[in-house]
Formats: sequence, C-alpha cells, structure tokens
Amino acid sequence: MEVSYYPGCTVESSAREYGESVAAVARILGIDLKELADWTCCGAASAHATDDMLALALPARNLETADKAGLDLVVPCAACYSRLKHADKALRSSEQIEGVGDEYKGDFSIKHLVDFIWEEVGEKAILEKVKKPLGGLKAVGYYGCLITRPPRITGARDPDNPESMDNILETLGAEVKNWSYKTDCCGAEHVLTMPEVAWKLIQKLFDMAEEAEADAIVVACPMCQSNLDTHQAEVSAQAGKRYNVPVFYFTELMGLAFGDPSVEKWLARHFVDPRPLLGEKGLL
Amino acid sequence: MTVAKIHEKIIPKPSLRKKIEELSGQKISACFQCEKCTNGCPVTFAMDVVPHRLMRMLQLGLLDEALRSDTIWVCASCETCTTRCPNDIDIAHVMDTLRQLSQREGIKTAQKSAPIFHSAFLSSLRRHGRVHEPEMAVVYTLRSGGLNGLRKQAGTGIAMFRRGKIKLLPPRVSAGRQVKNIFKKVKK
Repeated sequence: MEVSYYPGCTVESSAREYGESVAAVARILGIDLKELADWTCCGAASAHATDDMLALALPARNLETADKAGLDLVVPCAACYSRLKHADKALRSSEQIEGVGDEYKGDFSIKHLVDFIWEEVGEKAILEKVKKPLGGLKAVGYYGCLITRPPRITGARDPDNPESMDNILETLGAEVKNWSYKTDCCGAEHVLTMPEVAWKLIQKLFDMAEEAEADAIVVACPMCQSNLDTHQAEVSAQAGKRYNVPVFYFTELMGLAFGDPSVEKWLARHFVDPRPLLGEKGLL
Repeated sequence: MTVAKIHEKIIPKPSLRKKIEELSGQKISACFQCEKCTNGCPVTFAMDVVPHRLMRMLQLGLLDEALRSDTIWVCASCETCTTRCPNDIDIAHVMDTLRQLSQREGIKTAQKSAPIFHSAFLSSLRRHGRVHEPEMAVVYTLRSGGLNGLRKQAGTGIAMFRRGKIKLLPPRVSAGRQVKNIFKKVKK
C-alpha cells in the first residue's frame, strides 16, 4: 500500500520517537510512506491567529504537491492534519489561495494516521503482526482536539467519541478503559505562553485517567504527547499531588506488540519512563 | 488578569458588529445566548469574559472591549464551541479574527506572551520553511522573559537535548523561497 506522508516539524526533533515508531510500524505492516517532496510547515496555531490567508496558503502549498502525487495523504500530527484539512476544504470550494494555481484536482483523501491505520489497514492486518499481545496493560486512548473537531472539516462521525485508537489498542491485546475525556483539550497551545492554564488542563486529564483505572495514556499527536509527558513535575507542583503517568504514542505500543527491537530506544526518550510499568506487566 | 470593562450604559454600534461579521465571515447576530459555548469551553476559569458574553459584546459592537479582553488569548483553539454552536457560528474562528485584528492594530493587551509566541513561531517558519523548534523557543523565551526567563527554561531545554529531542541545525528545505513568497504576498 502506497500513500503520501506529511511528517510535520516536530517529528524531526521533539517527537523523534513518534517519527521513528511510525516508520517501523509502517514497514512491518507493508505500508510505503512516501514523504511529500520538499514539504514545508503548515503554520500550526500561529498562522490562523495571525492571518486567514497565511493559514490557508502555508498548508495549501503542500497540498499542491500531494495533488500531483495523487496518493492519499497520511498525517501523524493532529494540528498539521487540521490545517491541511482546512486548506483542502477551501481549495475544493474553489477559494482562491495565494500561491496556488487553479489546477487542484483533489483526487485524494487526507487522513490522520490513527484513522488511516484502523480504517484502511484494518484489524486483520494488525492482528497478523501481533507477536506479543499487550495483555494486562490498562490504558485510555486520548485523541485531543483536532483529530475530530470541527466535524465540518474532519468529517468525524462522533466528534466526542472517536474509536479508532481504542480499537487498535484492543487489537494489540491491551485493556482499553472507557472515559469521557478522549477529546478534551490538553492546552498544548499554552505550554509556553500560559503554562499555569495548561497545567490545570493536564491535571484534569491525569485525574480522570486515574479514575478510569488506566496505568497509561495513549496519544496520536506530538503536541499532546510532549505536553502531557514533559511537564509532570510542574503539574505536580501546581496540583500539590505527585503525578507519574506514562504517555505512549500508539505507534510505540504497536511496535512493542509487533516485537520491534527499537522500542526501548523510543521509550528512553520519554520524560516519564514507561519501561518500569511495562516491566511490571511482563511486557518488556 | 485584567477584567474587560463594560460600561453600565451601552450604546450599541451596529457598524462595528458588521465589521467583525465581515472580517470573520460569521453571522454573530445569530447568537441567541444559549451558553453552550461557555459550558463546553475548557478554559473559562482563566477568562475575563466567557465566550457567550464575548459574542454578546460583539453583537453590541463593543469591539474595543473585546480586543482588550484576556479571553481572545486564553482561548486554546480547541474548537469545542464551534462544534456545539446550534446556530453554526464558528466561534473559534471569531476568536482568530479578534487575535488577528489585535495583532494588526498593535492593541495593548495584558496578555503579551501569546502575540510574542506567534511572531517567534512565524519568523522561524519564514526563515527556514519549517519551524526550527529550539530557535523558536529561545527567541520566544528571550523576548517574553529576558535572560531570567531563559534561565528558567534552561532545565527543560537541557533535558530535551539529552533525550535527543533537539536538532541543533535548522532544517534545510529547497521550497524555502516559495514560503518566503507566501509571507511577502500575504503582508500586502
């Protein structure tokens, strides 16, 4: 299976383990991720807060490349995914976007990686590759804001209750806990500018994951992962309660269940080391 | 936190309501104050004006007050309000429009850090075609908190570097010129 792939800026640095685990899992599943030639930044949160045209033109120049390739476009970051979908919607309704010609065919779809793996690769193909089921690992799936919202852009059937990641984790053998916070905001946008606001949102997610009796939170976005994983000391200090919650990328857990040898290298980059938990469960 | 001041006696200014409706492309007058946006908003605890009140202010044309509120910067762009509005008002986009206006008009706001962040982010993106995370973070931290701010963030930076999460060299992209052109044209 061949698809276009838009990695996004973080996958090269702060979310390196995400990029590496995505590549490993794709290789195992036989997906050929064709990195979009010469891709550039989507503008993330700053372009849409600054100028409407900038917020469309930055992602649109990548869509032109994807359009020429004609393959479905897979995106691992929720923010990039959202910006690319906004621009795609505008191009499809023939809005004029700076720097983009009018030959846009739009003969491809844009999918977030987690939906792509569940909907296009599917349960059977995943199950075939599972060597070490993740029995005993209790986890909640956390999707964040932009994989599903707003549904007018994403096409999400149930924006408050996405299920693709839960389904993947169950296929891997994990015990997926139900909770109502799958798409509540983690405040990643405020980490640098209003940290005390972000800490409060993060704390809520940790408390609710604990109430759901999960040992770990599983994410599908580099912003969510770094926000939840990096600042647990600060969150604990503000809350007056100590948090030590492992936060996995879903692709890391796929790699673990598939028996990929690089798993430990990815996990060693986390701020909260998930290896003791996995050791306890006999999974590492 | 500043609390946006609303005078007791309000004289509605329909022209300002129309201005923000045109800029945002959203029919703000359709808001009937059901408060779904406010009830779903995860960050009202840090806002001086909750979302449905901000919409009411815009209906009355209290644009200056809206632009000076903390709310437009506290909004985390989570899109919950937009998803739930029964009148299909893209409230998150109205927040964007207000942030854009505020930056364009150089409005003095109590929330200084968010505009500094956006400018640090976009200048790194403009320079390299992709965002060079460490450069963006250092420029933002210096501009918003000076050397003291940088000292406070240094621990996280070093911890990230040790984990291989910081790429010292900026990204090299041959489409850099196209990105610079986008910025140039949009500025006009």
